[in-house]
Amino acid sequence: MGGTRASFAAALANLPDYLGQHVLLSLSALLLGLAISLPLGIIAARSRVLRGPVLGFASMIQTIPSLALLALFYPVLLVLSVFAQSTFGAGFRALGFLPALLALTLYSMLPVLRNTVSAITGIDPAVIMAARAVGMTKRQTLFLVELPLAAPVIMAGIRTAAVWVIGTATLSTPVGQTSLGNYIFTGLQTENWIFVLFGCVAAALLTMVVDRLLALAEQSFSEHSFAKLIACLVGLALVVGASLAPMLASGRADVVVGVKNFSEQYILGSLIERHLSEAGFSTVRRDNLGSAVVFRALTANDVNVYIDYSGTIWTNEMKRTGNPGRKVMLREIRKWLKDNYGVADLGAVGFENAYAFAMRRDRAEALGIHTIADLAAHASQLKLGTDYEFPSRPEWRAVSKAYHFDFAVKRQYQPNFMYRAVETGDVDVISAFSSDGRIAQYDLVVLGDPKGALPPYDAIILVSPSQAHDEKLLKALEPLVGAIDLETMQKANLMVDRSTNKRTPRDAAIWLDRQISTGH
Amino acid sequence: MIELQGISKQFGPEGPPAIDGLDLAIAAGEVMVLIGESGSGKTTTLNLINRLAEPSSGTIRIDGQDATTADPVTLRRHMGYVFQGVGLFPHMTVGENVAITPRLLGWDKPRIAARVTELLALVRLPVEQYRDRYPAELSGGQRQRIGLARALAAEPHIMLMDEPFGALDPLTRDDLATDFLQIHRELKLTTVLVTHDMTEAFMLGDRVAVMRDGKIAQIGTPQDLAANPADDFVRTLIETPRRRARELAAIMQAGPA
Repeated sequence: MGGTRASFAAALANLPDYLGQHVLLSLSALLLGLAISLPLGIIAARSRVLRGPVLGFASMIQTIPSLALLALFYPVLLVLSVFAQSTFGAGFRALGFLPALLALTLYSMLPVLRNTVSAITGIDPAVIMAARAVGMTKRQTLFLVELPLAAPVIMAGIRTAAVWVIGTATLSTPVGQTSLGNYIFTGLQTENWIFVLFGCVAAALLTMVVDRLLALAEQSFSEHSFAKLIACLVGLALVVGASLAPMLASGRADVVVGVKNFSEQYILGSLIERHLSEAGFSTVRRDNLGSAVVFRALTANDVNVYIDYSGTIWTNEMKRTGNPGRKVMLREIRKWLKDNYGVADLGAVGFENAYAFAMRRDRAEALGIHTIADLAAHASQLKLGTDYEFPSRPEWRAVSKAYHFDFAVKRQYQPNFMYRAVETGDVDVISAFSSDGRIAQYDLVVLGDPKGALPPYDAIILVSPSQAHDEKLLKALEPLVGAIDLETMQKANLMVDRSTNKRTPRDAAIWLDRQISTGH
Repeated sequence: MIELQGISKQFGPEGPPAIDGLDLAIAAGEVMVLIGESGSGKTTTLNLINRLAEPSSGTIRIDGQDATTADPVTLRRHMGYVFQGVGLFPHMTVGENVAITPRLLGWDKPRIAARVTELLALVRLPVEQYRDRYPAELSGGQRQRIGLARALAAEPHIMLMDEPFGALDPLTRDDLATDFLQIHRELKLTTVLVTHDMTEAFMLGDRVAVMRDGKIAQIGTPQDLAANPADDFVRTLIETPRRRARELAAIMQAGPA
């Protein structure tokens, strides 16, 4: 089981970074959440008028799926950042830490608010009366009587909030914030179950340790035990200190490498990192970003380098339809990126990763399907599997308009499960990616596109406006231009995606780099 | 000297007033007992004196000063208040409970510590044994003694007591009432005590005010009330302890059958 050991070693190597980021994010969100919800809870406990709306708002936040809440903050912050840039001349990073922080802060509020309100309103009125009678002011009543008596229940709320925040922080990976969720998202994409398990166990352990420590604080309040409070604080300080120390020691990175959410991108991300670090740059990765998110991030300099595909820029960003041919498209994209955003397009890597309809060879032959036009004739009896993005992309609209098809069933999958689904026959046809190694592995046929509805998807290297004139950086990336052909990329992808003798994306990147330097 | 003049107190916009044109003067050094049925306004009267409740109309003077314009927090720190059901702070030790008002007044630590020791001795609870315990660890009688000690802590001249011995067993009750009368005399306190027990009212009160519907039905020494009840209501009220005393005497005289 050399693969297992290698995966485990790779997971372990990432732990200081992932854990540190996870703890920093969770801690910041909890502290910010407490700073808001404790005073708000106290006010709500005193004001019957405010109580309903405050608790209602916090409950409503809770009903938003946590992943959606995280995703919503990115566009909101982006608008704010653009506004800040135009008004005050200084924007901020709309990707990564900030959206994750704000979403988790909101998420942490309900248990603290609810417990604070019910703890304070639940105090025996005779005790409050006594507090007034011995001559306490309202403030003294709050700090000397109400809060100490409410403390165990408030602490229980803080515990719940901590458990929620640490758990939900794993979902901050897709908005560009590194967390223990990176293991889970990456592992899911590459079917690296060691990674998924490692991420789950690490997050669960962290949650349990923090929960036990906070339980000590809760007990210390109800049992009047000062020692337990000290034990809790020392324990928390150790956890936070140990998690953050390696991260603080490492310092800031020069270049942020953006990576979308599939295997090829992980490999190319590693490859870019290798070339940059050889040139003396320190790098940090933002993994599992959505197509639109990563492009916005690049134009806002939140991401400095990433690899996109010409067809994606053409349809999604430039809102163009039609297919003028590979060369023209690349030329127009380069000009558009430069003129509109100051983004540098270093050129095509060499291979294409196009959307393509693929079927199992036996099934296609049985039905006599060779092209998308043939497919359209049978569509009403066929089941289509796609990734999450494709049905909402302009390419889908273009291709369905060109061929007028209407499938019996449409299902959406994580890309790797999509290939599984077509192999097992759960679906008949999938929206495959042409550079995917599994097309060959599962013996799938790619259907022809006689009407040219699907644009070409050349992999292109994009550099953010802030680094567009950094000669040293451009020079470091230059060897990647025109360096990888389709077959080589398919092989590298398969190394990561296949189910036996799996390699990590980093190993695949090393192999790919060797192919490039030997000029294969 | 506490003077209440023409006091009315209306809680809601509807219904009869809780206190209806009350006049009451309490002399320095006396124990004034307010007695009446539930809802007669006796606890409200007590609360008006230290402004836990505000009067709708009328004036309250304490030693000649208008209490209704004084700072209520300062006012309360200089009056002791003993609660029905004690009202000790459950998260504070006995020592911390007793020390609370001196602490709010900003006494220095040695003075507070000395005062706690003194007061626990006064209510006959040894300081070493009780100071660091929590209210939940004490018996009802012990808690009531702590409540008394806390009320006395800042050396008040006025004590307000709302059924202070109500929830105790008879022996403890007797004990504590006797101790309290002694403390009252020693410290030259002026005490207003609320009860619904006529026997207790007669035993403790220098004067007794019988309250009904937010007014005083009759006020006087226990002897006055016994000799000249103003109306049937007062007569019925004082008949109970009398009848019980007669019955008790008869049983004692008859001896074992």
